[in-house]
Amino acid sequence: MTDTAATAPAQESAAGVPERMAWDTASRRMVTIYLPLACFVIILLFPFYWMTLTAFKPNAELYNMREFNPFWISSPTLDHIYHLLFRTSYPSWLWNTMLIAIAATFLSLVSSTLAAYAIQRLRFTGSQYVGLAIYLAYLVPPSILFIPLATMVVQLGLFDSPFALILVYPTFLIPFCTWLLIGYFKSIPYELEECALIDGATRVQILRRITLPLAVPGLISAGIFSFTLSWNEFIYALAFIQSSERKTVPVAILTELVTGDVYQWGALMAGSLLGSLPVAIFYSFFVDYYVSSLTGAVKE
Amino acid sequence: MNSTAAAAIPVTWTRPRTQATWIERLLDWKPFLIIICLLPAVGLLVVFLTYPLGLGIWMAFTDTTIGRRGVWIGLENFEYLAEDPIFWTAVFYSCFYTGVATIGKFGLGLWLALLLNNHLPFKSILRAIILLPWIVPTALSAIAFWWLYDPQFSIFSYFLVQVLGVRDTNIDFLGSPWAARWSLIAANIWRGIPFVAISLLAGLQTISPSLYEAALLDGSTGWQRFRYITFPMLLPILAIVMTFSIIFTFTDFQLVYAITRGGPINSTHLMATLAFQRGIPGGQLGEGAAIAVAMIPFLVFATLFSYFALARRKWQQGESND
Repeated sequence: MTDTAATAPAQESAAGVPERMAWDTASRRMVTIYLPLACFVIILLFPFYWMTLTAFKPNAELYNMREFNPFWISSPTLDHIYHLLFRTSYPSWLWNTMLIAIAATFLSLVSSTLAAYAIQRLRFTGSQYVGLAIYLAYLVPPSILFIPLATMVVQLGLFDSPFALILVYPTFLIPFCTWLLIGYFKSIPYELEECALIDGATRVQILRRITLPLAVPGLISAGIFSFTLSWNEFIYALAFIQSSERKTVPVAILTELVTGDVYQWGALMAGSLLGSLPVAIFYSFFVDYYVSSLTGAVKE
Repeated sequence: MNSTAAAAIPVTWTRPRTQATWIERLLDWKPFLIIICLLPAVGLLVVFLTYPLGLGIWMAFTDTTIGRRGVWIGLENFEYLAEDPIFWTAVFYSCFYTGVATIGKFGLGLWLALLLNNHLPFKSILRAIILLPWIVPTALSAIAFWWLYDPQFSIFSYFLVQVLGVRDTNIDFLGSPWAARWSLIAANIWRGIPFVAISLLAGLQTISPSLYEAALLDGSTGWQRFRYITFPMLLPILAIVMTFSIIFTFTDFQLVYAITRGGPINSTHLMATLAFQRGIPGGQLGEGAAIAVAMIPFLVFATLFSYFALARRKWQQGESND
């Protein structure tokens, strides 16, 4: 409720360059703001630069730092990527990861939209507690669940099958998505639904024609978040999938590409780069939604 | 003419209402609708979260191995673990890792958030770039760190030895216990900064500028404004972000598994990686579950911390809790 009052002046000052105090000179700003910021950006991006560099560097340059400048590539090569795409099952790992991430995202979006709608709009006795319980589920980390889940997956006959992951991923996706969507539904005026009720719409019609279209930005945030989380998931995929061609990218690179004592750094980095690109590209389209979902600050 | 129009109006005016089928009527019945709406989410969570949680606690008191149902053995797993120096090393390192990484992440993350809160050109692009380490799969960025920490070809060693000439030998980042521990913490901090910074930035942006204006008029210094305005206003969101960060750092798995797999000589095992090693490749599911269950007290502590922080002050981001 204080938000509106607080953001209004902030937006005003963001629109124009704010007035500066006498001591706030350009050189001072350079030292106190731009210089540390540049250091942060360089440190945060350096591993990616290094990943990209290694992925396109021929082995001769990679292991000879005296004759070649390690910070640059003199003769870029696609050998590592070629090796990855045509001599390993990398394409099928990518395909698996994509499929699992999309299916798990879809499943959790549908169930959390319904749950959030029930909790926020079909107010019933104890709806708050259901909401709180779902929120608490977010605090249960996968690290303490994977051992019992592995035995369950084996008993259900889902071991080594993508369905195990599709069914298990929603356990950490639903709490977050529900929480996000409850906040989102809250911001949609209830009067709209009341009008529709008076006009004789059924609950299902209200959800389909009024609430959902208005909640599209929230659904997009929840979708991106779920997709990236499922793409990045590691411990369940490591514990539940055994056969090489069914693994997901993060697990497969670590368990299939790391062989013997001599690591194929070029191929490893190429694999990491290709595995990171889809999420990075997907994310770059929706970065603002992502940021707003990360911070829970959904207000529009 | 008038009469024909008047006669025609009632016919076109009311559209015949289609009779609602029983399915439509059922879907309009609130209790049924509530159950239908909650069923998928609650069902999935109960089956794949609550039940395994209980099963895990039960398994911690059994001697289950892969392929054999266990029998109740009481506290034997815990007694065994209490005498296991590797377990205690893992407990120590889990706490140390969480403590140091959290301090590092929040110190640097807060600094970055304060920097980003200034009026900057290309703000949104900057924000997008900064979030990258958080977006990219941890396992994959961990491999990049593994390569950066390579004993022979580490670029850090190259930089220190060849370019700056500060050292004569390469740094063995992952070869000795303490070097490996600090290297892992550095990688964890690197990965955690963006999340902390962006969340705290959102908190900073909700602080009303008029507070700073009033403080400026009263002749406050920069430190005083931070200490008495920024920090207290940021505390609620800080508490929440910190709880999440502590929980997920304490139960971290991928980073350690990818870079050191617990080595050298089991010095960098976190409780999660030790549980995995004993449980899945080692086959001792009961013992692995016991290690996982031993993490729960720490997590409960962190959750209570969040709950009381929430109860004390309402989170600025959310709306009122009623």
